[in-house]
Amino acid sequence: MKTTKYLFSGFGGQGILFSGKFLAYKGLTEDKQVSWLPSYGPEMRGGTASCSVIISDELIGSPIVDSPDVLVAMNLPSLDKFEKTVKAGGTIILDSTLIERKVERTDVEVVYLPATRLANENGCPTLANMIIVGKLLKVAGEYDEKSIEETLKKVISAKRADMLEVNKKAMQIGAEF
Amino acid sequence: MANKVLMKGNEAIAEAAIKAGCMHYFGYPITPQTEIAAYMAKRMPKIGGTFLQAESEIAAINMVYGVSAAGYRVMTSSSSPGISLKSEGISYLAGADLPAVIINVQRGGPGLGGIQPSQSDYFQATKGGGHGDFHLIVLAPGNVQEMASLTVKAFELADKYRMPAMILADGTMGQMMEPVEFDFDVTPAPEKPWATNGTKMQRKHNIVNSLSLVPEELEKFNFERFERYAQVEENEVMYDEYLCDDAEILVTAYGIASRVTKNAVDEARKKGIKVGLIRPITVWPFPKKPFAKMAEKVKHVICVELSMGQMIEDVKLAVECKVPVTLCNRSGGMIPSTEQILAEIEKYAKGE
Amino acid sequence: MVVFDKPKSLADISMHYCPGCTHGIVHRLVAEVIDELGIEGRTIGIAPVGCSVMAYNYFNCDMIEAAHGRAPAVATGVKRANPDEHIVFTYQGDGDLASIGMAETVHSAARNENITIIFINNAIYGMTGGQMAPTSLPGQVTQTSPYGRDVNACGFPVRVCEMLATLDGPEYLERVTVNSVKAIKNAKKAIKKAFQNQIDKKGFSLVEVLSTCPTNWGMTPKDALKWVDEKMIPYYPLGVYKDRSAKEDK
Repeated sequence: MKTTKYLFSGFGGQGILFSGKFLAYKGLTEDKQVSWLPSYGPEMRGGTASCSVIISDELIGSPIVDSPDVLVAMNLPSLDKFEKTVKAGGTIILDSTLIERKVERTDVEVVYLPATRLANENGCPTLANMIIVGKLLKVAGEYDEKSIEETLKKVISAKRADMLEVNKKAMQIGAEF
Repeated sequence: MANKVLMKGNEAIAEAAIKAGCMHYFGYPITPQTEIAAYMAKRMPKIGGTFLQAESEIAAINMVYGVSAAGYRVMTSSSSPGISLKSEGISYLAGADLPAVIINVQRGGPGLGGIQPSQSDYFQATKGGGHGDFHLIVLAPGNVQEMASLTVKAFELADKYRMPAMILADGTMGQMMEPVEFDFDVTPAPEKPWATNGTKMQRKHNIVNSLSLVPEELEKFNFERFERYAQVEENEVMYDEYLCDDAEILVTAYGIASRVTKNAVDEARKKGIKVGLIRPITVWPFPKKPFAKMAEKVKHVICVELSMGQMIEDVKLAVECKVPVTLCNRSGGMIPSTEQILAEIEKYAKGE
Repeated sequence: MVVFDKPKSLADISMHYCPGCTHGIVHRLVAEVIDELGIEGRTIGIAPVGCSVMAYNYFNCDMIEAAHGRAPAVATGVKRANPDEHIVFTYQGDGDLASIGMAETVHSAARNENITIIFINNAIYGMTGGQMAPTSLPGQVTQTSPYGRDVNACGFPVRVCEMLATLDGPEYLERVTVNSVKAIKNAKKAIKKAFQNQIDKKGFSLVEVLSTCPTNWGMTPKDALKWVDEKMIPYYPLGVYKDRSAKEDK
């Protein structure tokens, strides 16, 4: 029985909610129990945004993630705010292009990923979030192209089907970094 | 699994309403329930239904009154301050014995308050919320699946008892996504011979009305209505029990509070504390019986709420002073943590 | 041979209106129009709060009693529930329509909601015993303006037809009165047009009827009729304020 609690955080507009949604859908395609809870309100417009995602083999109690197993931080205020909440032995993945400081905790695994730089270099400047998701899946040993493709088909509307390949590529860049 | 989709609670409510045969929706934007209106705006024109953004919550509830009077299933949704504005219309719906479904995705108050989740409209929902002697059927979903299934139930019960029914949710329930299935059976709306949909010159005119200037008559109407309410209390109570059989401490909570509480109960059980959870699903009618039963065997009851303590009054009434009842709460848009609830459980387990 | 009879859609019961009040005339005109258009079986009327609160007893078509001011919202619901079949009218006074229900009035007009509104303007709250209305005239003495309506303190009367005519929404707006035989004939023409417009799906039609309230004005019925000519019509000129189809026909 496994339950993983994720917290995605960053600026509004970085695709924080979308990356959480991707992960939740991936859980759903794999027959897991899932919940996705966004922060909502004015902070969505340019301020910090976060979302809690839980993926579990059993029924999920509270959808609120107070202490995540995995923290994704895409800006400094998010790391400042949530670093201390990560479970001992958990993982922090951060965008090292935008966050210059190092993680102070010594009891967690840390992945420094220059996601924004990679996104810009590879011509997909809006997909730093998915580069991080690719890395996150790789680190967790859950990077499975078939499942990724199936999930992307669900989260990307038919109207924007052209975005599917780009998202796949972004995740690959993250996974291979 | 194949039929499960990931949806926000608000969207699940909207889709479930359509599945329940609700072809008419009237609303006014307010956070955190606006996804319901947005969903209806997208879907209703495609299925030949009505979506109308009213000029105010007051207008919206009165449009609901009109559609219901004409005999159709109809819904409106809002969040706390907007529900206060709808309260006049809700009282009129009750007074005219009209079925309708009203969604309250609660946020912190009083006044304009905040936009974060809250359960501080419990009194308003269960004790009236408008002037006069009346009740609403009030259903409190505990997950996104229930946001859907209880919405359907609300339409059915509203029609069955000719009274308005409310979904009492909160910002978290509205905003969160969980898998949801829409494969439930729907009881279609019954015949409504009382509806004002035109006499077609084949019957005496129908009047939909809540005015009754002769006190003897008004009293008679109220007595009759409360006989119907008694049937609702008899037949429609819903609740969930979790690990109650051997419980020495009872915790109770509804909606989002029950989700966090369940985690705390699991943690406490790991520590060997015998604690159980009652989750009211109908908060009016309130599930008095399971509380009365538990009052005989537990030593303490903890009521967890996102309010300054509202449901706790019903819990106290239900346990009839046989056992102490205390509050574990946050307010103003804050949510109690698992640790806070666990600490409270441990405190009373030790017999403090 | 019957030369004068009650309209079929008007209930055969005695009304509660005061002697000399013109509500009865307007009720009759509405009923005559419903009969002549043959729409009683598909008509749903919405009664307001105010003197005509019990209008639901006076018409033989289906009737709904609305909360104070909310009749246009209720009418919107009834109409939208079955737009091809339902013919919906509201019957509202000045306090109901132009004070507490102003938002519903303006927005149903702005939406060109396909309903018919009969608006009784008698410049006073009748049912509650003669208080100042949004349409009470400057200087008019009422229970709540005992020294006469002071426009500096209470503001100016609202001219509903003129105000709504500034909107692109409404189809037809006309102000009439019923204080003479000629005026009554004209009022009936306007009311009939307001219903016909709805049948023809043309949209929002409102007829404002300058009416009397001898009881609360403290006048004889005869003086009240005269007061309409002398005081009300100068402030609220009769006429068509909007008739979109007529304009388009030209």
